[in-house]
Amino acid sequence: MTDTPLLRLEKLACFRGGRLLFEGLDLVLQPGGAAIVTGPNGVGKSSLLRVVAGLLRAASGLVERAEAALADERAALDERLTLAQALGFWARLDGATAATGMEAMGIAPLASVPVRMLSTGQRKRAVLARVVASGSPLWLLDEPINGLDTEGAEQLMAAMIAHRASGGAVIAASHQPLALDGAQRLALG
Amino acid sequence: MTALVLRELRLAATGGHALLPLVFFLLVATLFPFAVGPDGPLLARTGGGALWMAALLSALLPVERLVEPDRTSGVLDQLAARGMSDEAVAIAKLAGHWLSFGPPLMLAAIPAAALMKLPRDVFARLELGLLIGTPGLAALTLMVAALTAGLRGTGALAGLLMLPLAVPILIFGAGLIERSGGAGALKLLGAVSLLLVAAAPFVAGTAFRAARD
Repeated sequence: MTDTPLLRLEKLACFRGGRLLFEGLDLVLQPGGAAIVTGPNGVGKSSLLRVVAGLLRAASGLVERAEAALADERAALDERLTLAQALGFWARLDGATAATGMEAMGIAPLASVPVRMLSTGQRKRAVLARVVASGSPLWLLDEPINGLDTEGAEQLMAAMIAHRASGGAVIAASHQPLALDGAQRLALG
Repeated sequence: MTALVLRELRLAATGGHALLPLVFFLLVATLFPFAVGPDGPLLARTGGGALWMAALLSALLPVERLVEPDRTSGVLDQLAARGMSDEAVAIAKLAGHWLSFGPPLMLAAIPAAALMKLPRDVFARLELGLLIGTPGLAALTLMVAALTAGLRGTGALAGLLMLPLAVPILIFGAGLIERSGGAGALKLLGAVSLLLVAAAPFVAGTAFRAARD
């Protein structure tokens, strides 16, 4: 395939808090590709995803990416709204509808529940549902399994498989084993 | 952009956040006559300045809710990850905040002016001053909110930062309501307000970025 890659990192280095987290990092993700970033706590997995998302500046190197959706540990949902309204706000910004993501992550029955009543796992599902619904070709997932039960993890796996089958790419940072077929492994630290 | 402005309005409307500055403003307007006594002419002479003080202090109240909740919950990061510039987010926040602060304050100034026994022409100049000055106050609130987001004891620090910077608005706003005041004060109030509004997106945007490191 001669598709343009969805993500290209070249000699990426990240410097934070007076410490060099990583350097000389290269990665290319083609459509359908996946990468799993592993490594001990504090080694810079989240920072790498934030650099890719454009939230942190790289000390040196190059990031080229398609439109990306980021899921991290913070929900970024308005507590007073119902789940459907809160996700709907982001879906409108993304030019999408929230329903697809909520179906995929099994939280459609919670649509009318206020965000402040949701449990940790349900929030995590909501964050992932936003990524699924966004329609972005590149998913950036920071510890996606954290807080999810077995069913939620299976739904996430199914969503990632469907996303890659439709030409998307996933980069996930996780210290838990993540079964992604044919994923590149990027061990930091 | 419109969605962000509407979101700001919704956040202000829920939980009575927009009401707080108004109630505070009216409370000051109610207490002031108790403090100086029910002397009509004295109230009419000092009331306008007191209302400007009240407006200034009530502009300080939303500092803690304007930026910090969006920073900690990751909303600012999610917007940035969508390629929206921090300056654009700040502009939306400024517009939304002013809409929930400026016009309601001008409405609250009607009963407040009655409590102060302000003559009609002074009242008209007070409203004109508020129309021109509240965007500047809203911009100042946003800047201070962005700069102090993530710090502890924001409330006290924000007051120390903001009130000195609001002095020009106070001077020209209060100058405008004096009978001899007039055009000069009006232009200078407009200039100060414009400067603050123009600077706010860049200051706040830079502060949003700095807070990520």
